[in-house]
Amino acid sequence: MGQTTAEKIFAAHLRDEPFPGAKVLDLDRVLCHEITTPVAIADLEWRGKDRVFDNTKIKAVIDHVTPSKDSKTALQAKILRDWAKRHDLADFFDVGRNGVCNALFPEKGYIRPGFTVIMGDSHTCTHGAFGAFAAGVGTTDLEVGILKGVCAFREPKSIRVNLTGSLPPGVFAKDVILFVIGELGVNGATDRVIEFHGPVVNALSMDQRMTLCNMAIEAGGTCGICQPDMTTVDYLWPFIQDEYADKQSALTDFSRWCADEDADYDKVFDLDVSDLEPMVTYDYKPDCVKKVQEMAGTRVDQVYIGSCTNGRIEDLREAAAVLKGRKLADSVRGIVSPATPQIFTQAMSEGLMQVFMDAGFCVTNPTCGACLGMSNGVLAEGEVCAATTNRNFNGRMGKGGMVHLMSPATAAASGVAGVITDAREMMKDTAA
Amino acid sequence: MQKKFGGSTIMLDRSDINTDEIIPAKYLTEVTKEALKPYMLEDLNLEGFDPQDEKVKSCSVIVSRENFGCGSSREHAPWVFEVNDVHTIIAESYARIFRQNMFNCGMLAIELPKGQIDKLFALGATGDVTLEVDVEAQQLTATAGSQQENFTFEISPFDKALVKAGGWVEFADARY
Repeated sequence: MGQTTAEKIFAAHLRDEPFPGAKVLDLDRVLCHEITTPVAIADLEWRGKDRVFDNTKIKAVIDHVTPSKDSKTALQAKILRDWAKRHDLADFFDVGRNGVCNALFPEKGYIRPGFTVIMGDSHTCTHGAFGAFAAGVGTTDLEVGILKGVCAFREPKSIRVNLTGSLPPGVFAKDVILFVIGELGVNGATDRVIEFHGPVVNALSMDQRMTLCNMAIEAGGTCGICQPDMTTVDYLWPFIQDEYADKQSALTDFSRWCADEDADYDKVFDLDVSDLEPMVTYDYKPDCVKKVQEMAGTRVDQVYIGSCTNGRIEDLREAAAVLKGRKLADSVRGIVSPATPQIFTQAMSEGLMQVFMDAGFCVTNPTCGACLGMSNGVLAEGEVCAATTNRNFNGRMGKGGMVHLMSPATAAASGVAGVITDAREMMKDTAA
Repeated sequence: MQKKFGGSTIMLDRSDINTDEIIPAKYLTEVTKEALKPYMLEDLNLEGFDPQDEKVKSCSVIVSRENFGCGSSREHAPWVFEVNDVHTIIAESYARIFRQNMFNCGMLAIELPKGQIDKLFALGATGDVTLEVDVEAQQLTATAGSQQENFTFEISPFDKALVKAGGWVEFADARY
């Protein structure tokens, strides 16, 4: 019997199996941010074990509330900053150099096929786009990861999602993953890895693959995984060119993590995306998904374009293509938050920021900010946000607020119209 | 050291109770567990539920439905239970990260089949429920007035070891 990608990674990283089915893995990356790490640091200090297992494998960023908004968040940032300095962490990203963790760390080339990655952030599953096993964990797992470089998991079964056909214009990875979550349900992939296969995934850029894997957790999944290929090699090449003679040899090396054809899956889900339409959530669960057309006309007070789901350069391009020459409706506030400084710079050089500002958007620094209602962009009671984020939980972006999840193109079009709108309709008008 | 389990019980009859409802993100700026104490289940979306109700504030056990603790990885969710002396959750199923966080803190996230959870809710409808937990024997006894129901539960040997050790840090530190 062949193996899934996750099974291969588990076999290669198994440190211990203290009880049948409990797999303790060696970790390649322990990623940290200022919300979930400070309590781990404090506990390690309290135990007299303020150590790190390997200061080259631990990376840290201040990203959820940055620059700090008050004394409490300033203290969280300071605890992480002082700790990073104390242990001489090679890669720590402070104000001005910081960005959303799940966008910044891959952009720096830290994630490779076959890696085991944990972070105290549920959207760590994003990094599976590189063919890695990447799982969100709590602070205790993080603490042990920092101290010992290990983490325990139940060996996950995998759900294979085959994406066939080709994506129609105006339909994006976000629409695909929203549809898939709608089919699987919010706990349809609990204790499972979602392995994405097929010509549609093969044709996706790394940015779009990250969007796909980012929301695996919204179906309960431990990780979303894409198969490493030449797209993966191309993305990582600036970081790995000294390690491989050429791209082909890197590809050959990475390919050992690809799932075997005869691997055993818990479930196989086939989806021909050729007729897929732009999707949007309603209500307070990410599996409450409808076609944008069915929700068209729903009032929008705020548009938020950003987050670890859709704050990357391709997302900004997608939104700007809709916004170019258009303005937000008078009743709508627009916020765009490029996910990292590099994305911000790139967007400026491409003129995208001008498009956003001409449309009437407020441009913020890279941060998780509004997505989880922790800083700028919180909704008031009864307000509605068209958001490119990942969670529509009740109160997520502010108590009494409603969040509709959608692609950057749909969010941009909805901002212009003041109501949820199919961007394809708007673009058709331009063409005519 | 093993924590104390069981006690007075509240029933939350809804699936998919998420971590934002258990502890809203605006409180994640705290750097101690104790500071979370007043905010347990503050944003829970459940008709008739009042987080300030004395029965809620003094409970030690929560019974709920499917996919309890879904959403964020924040361990603040188990912590807000821990600092309120709620060390036992009983549900039909859990989100993975929440379940692991509970056992990592040396607390119990017990799964029971729907039929048995239904029985607990039925018992709860007759009056206040008190639950006794025998971790070693994997037995639950639920009492409401003169009525009593007994249940057997399964937890993995690893999860049991974490509960006995008092959590994953203690277990891992002794072993790795």
